Order: sequence, then C-alpha cells, then structure tokens
Amino acid sequence: MTSTLHRTRRDGTPDSHAFPTRPYDLVKEFSIALVAMLVLTVVLAGVFSSPDEKPITLAAWANGAPNDVVATAAGELAGTTTSAGYGAPYNTGGQGQQLGPLALQRWAGVTIPVDPAQDLVLTPLSRVADPATRAALAAWNAATSDQQTTWATAYATALGNATDGNPAAVPAGDYGPVPAISSAFLALARAGGLEGALDPSGAFYGTDSTRGLLLLADGAYLEDQARARSLGGDQWGMMNETGNYPGQPWMWLYTFWYQVPPFTTSDNADAQVWGLMMLLTLGLVLVPFIPGVRSIPRWVPVHRLIWRDWYRKQGT
Amino acid sequence: MSSWTVGLRTRLARTVPPGELLPDRQPAYVSSWIYVFGVLCLASLIVVIGTGCVLAIGGVTWWHTSGLGHFVNSTHLWSVELFFATMVIHLWGKFFMAAWRGKRALTWMTGAVAFVGSVGTAFTGYLSQTNFDSQWIAGQAKDGLNAVGIGAFFNVLDPGQMLLWHVTLLPLLVGVIVVAHIVLVRRHGVVPPIDAVVPGEPGADAAVPAPVRDLTTTG
Repeated sequence: MTSTLHRTRRDGTPDSHAFPTRPYDLVKEFSIALVAMLVLTVVLAGVFSSPDEKPITLAAWANGAPNDVVATAAGELAGTTTSAGYGAPYNTGGQGQQLGPLALQRWAGVTIPVDPAQDLVLTPLSRVADPATRAALAAWNAATSDQQTTWATAYATALGNATDGNPAAVPAGDYGPVPAISSAFLALARAGGLEGALDPSGAFYGTDSTRGLLLLADGAYLEDQARARSLGGDQWGMMNETGNYPGQPWMWLYTFWYQVPPFTTSDNADAQVWGLMMLLTLGLVLVPFIPGVRSIPRWVPVHRLIWRDWYRKQGT
Repeated sequence: MSSWTVGLRTRLARTVPPGELLPDRQPAYVSSWIYVFGVLCLASLIVVIGTGCVLAIGGVTWWHTSGLGHFVNSTHLWSVELFFATMVIHLWGKFFMAAWRGKRALTWMTGAVAFVGSVGTAFTGYLSQTNFDSQWIAGQAKDGLNAVGIGAFFNVLDPGQMLLWHVTLLPLLVGVIVVAHIVLVRRHGVVPPIDAVVPGEPGADAAVPAPVRDLTTTG
C-alpha cells in the first residue's frame, strides 16, 4: 500500500490500518470485561442494595395530612390548583409555558383531558352511596357555574386562613355544599376508596396513574415528603433519589440550570431549560463540525498523556 | 436481474472488510487504559440488559415483595450506574483524542446519540419503579416535557406507557445505535494519535504548523 493510499485525509489523519500492529485478543478482552463488570455489579448490589420507598397512597395522604386533602378538594372545585390552571396537555385552564415566541406546550392541544373538579373530585364521589354526599353533589350540580366558583373559592380561602387549614376552625359562611363535598372526599380517601377510582378507563386493570398523580401533586403533602428527602427541584432533586444512592448523576447539567438565574425566577423555566438542553445536545452530537470546539483537544494536551508511549517512541 | 443476496453480501463486506470485524491485531499506538472504557461500557450494557431481562421474568412489582427480586433490581441499578460511568469516561476520552478525525464523524455522532438515548431509557426506568421515587420524578418531569409539547404524547404519569418504552422501544433504539457505532468503529479502525504519521512515510503534515491545524472530520 502506498503512502498516498494511507494518507487520504484532508485533516492529515492517516489510515489506521497503515500503522505497525501488535497481537490483540478482542474476544478475550471483552470476556474479561464482561466478567469484571458482572462481578462488580453483584458486589455493589450486595453491599449497597437499592432504594425502594413505598409509594404514597391516597389513603396514606388522607391519614397523614387530612387538612391538605380537604384543601386540595376545595381547590379543585374552586379551580385554583396547579392542575386546574395547567393548560395543555390536560385542559385549557392555563396558557402553559413558552419558549420565546413558541408556545410549544399548546401546539398539540389537549391530548390527555383532565377536568380537575369533575375528574379528581366529583366523579369519584358520585360512586358513594351515602345520602348526605348525594345531597351535597346534587346541590352542587344544581348550582350555576358562577355560584359553584363563589362557594368553592370562599371555602378554599377560609381554609387557607384557618389555623393549620383545619376545617373545624373555619368560621361559618356561605360555602354551599363545598364543606360537605370536601369532607366526604376526605372520608373516601381515608377508606381507600380513591385508589382506582381515578383511573380514566375505570377498568379492572389500571395502568395509568395520571389523575392520581395530578391530584397528589396538587396537594402539599407529596412535595413536603420529597423536600424532606432533599428531592426538591431547587435541591438538585431531578437527579437524586431517596436514600444515599447516586440517582441519575448523568442528568447533572439538566438539573444544574434549575439552580441558577434566570431559570430560578422564570415562569417559563421548564421550556427554557429544555430548549437550552436540546441546543447543547445538538452541539454534543455535532462537535466534529463546530470550529473551535473540535480543536479543544489540541489545545488541552490530554492526548499527549493518552498516547504518551507512541509520542515518546516517535520522538515527537 | 442481479442477486439481492450477492448485493447484500458485497455491501456487508464493503462496510466491514473481512478481518476487521474481529481483528486479532491492533495498531501499536493503542496503548492506554482509556481504551478499556469502551469495552467496559459495552460489557456493562450487556449486564444491564441481562439483569433487566431477569427483572422482567418476575414482573413489574416482583422486586417490591421478593428478596431475590430486590437483589436483582439492585444489580440492574448498579449495572446502569457502571454503564453510565464507563460511557462518560469513554466519551471524554474520545473527545480529548479528537476521535472524529479521519472520516469518523458518524462514529462520534452515533456514540453521542447512544448516550442521549441511554439517558432517556434510564429515565423511563426510574418512572417504572412503582414506588415513591417514581411518583415524585414523574410529577417533576411532566412539567419539563409538557412545556415543550413532548408530554402530549409521552405521558410520564402513565407508568404503563413508561414501562413499555423502557423495556421495548428505547432499548431497541439504543441497541440499534450501539450496533451501528460498533460497526463504524470496526470499519474505520482506532483513530491514530493527533499529528501522527505512519512510520517510514514522509510527514505530509509537516508543511502545516500543528497549532493552527483544525481537527476536522474530513478526508
């Protein structure tokens, strides 16, 4: 083979097959690597195990933070919860986030429809046979939309002003059937009746937790539990997991942006962080074509360390 | 009409010439511990897939109720951690070697896409745990994905959907990309050192001062 054939690269990189070679057992190397990683995995698993904290059930939430459940139910009826004002893909209750002029969140529309008041509170309660609950639901359904909002907002506000959000400490007022509905909702949750009642298919085989998780996230209990485990968004929570485990350290950069301005104060932080990460990911993929970035390896002579034997032998 | 079989065989032989798929010799400059991390990464991936398959035998919630299941889950977790650790070291090593030189840009690109695909696969795994972690991670992640419209089709609050992505679609995607990456590595061989010349041949690069040369991919 001639040197012309060897050196076809405009960047001066010769053909690797033209260099002197030495014996090498690829299969043996891979087999040893496989055994080594298998052994290391088993040892790490045996020594450190893995975290498995039980999920928060709606019954556990109701028993652990009953006032939070009542407040959340009232908030869903008043339309003041996160879900109620979320927007796409769940509903039209909010505008959603934007990436500059691009309203990406709204482009696909409502693909997972969730009406928080109806789907998270009223429909599950409609399965309760208790006469008082049926009467409260009938009163709610008979009222106008404005009246419903007035009742629910007044009760949600009163709960917010009450000591510890305790329904028993709420002063008398014109709340309509909202206190009865909220109370019945708490009783249903405590009894475990909400588990499965939120599945949109109502099927025996429930595999979709969308509504249950939205409801849980609308309350304060889930976040309180997470923050106590250092899992909050401003606690690098996206890459952490429960206990002293490494979690997803490969997501450090994505998590990092949530810790610094302007993302910490932006209403569109999620869209902006995603946009930035998509740009950086594209940059990673296209490193070979980005002038300057692709030359960093020459400026930072780590390659002199990697190929030190070769450079020494070649006297370069 | 020409034979499709012969055409495919010719194409395969051209893609990876005989002897290059499983070579028993390698360039003399391949002499550093950094090279080990590529094969360690691949070995870790095999362990990840193997432990995942054992978990699949037991089912979604097996590991919550069985000591053996929990141990298998632990092996799956730690093999994933090792997979990413070795992959990141491999990636940085290749970056500082400017391993995209000599028509190897696609090799770099498939490796980078494999990394991103692996992040997504691991993420769906965390969402499929059916425990407190997956509840919280799903609740947080939905906002990011919804904000850019992905959540309209990729519902992180639906563990059934996430589990299927985790055990079928994403592993298939990553698997195909990894195979393409390995084929490209075998096809082009290991990138020579920066500024290296083939011993015994004139240094064609000598006319261009090294500090000003760009580490491009062409050739």
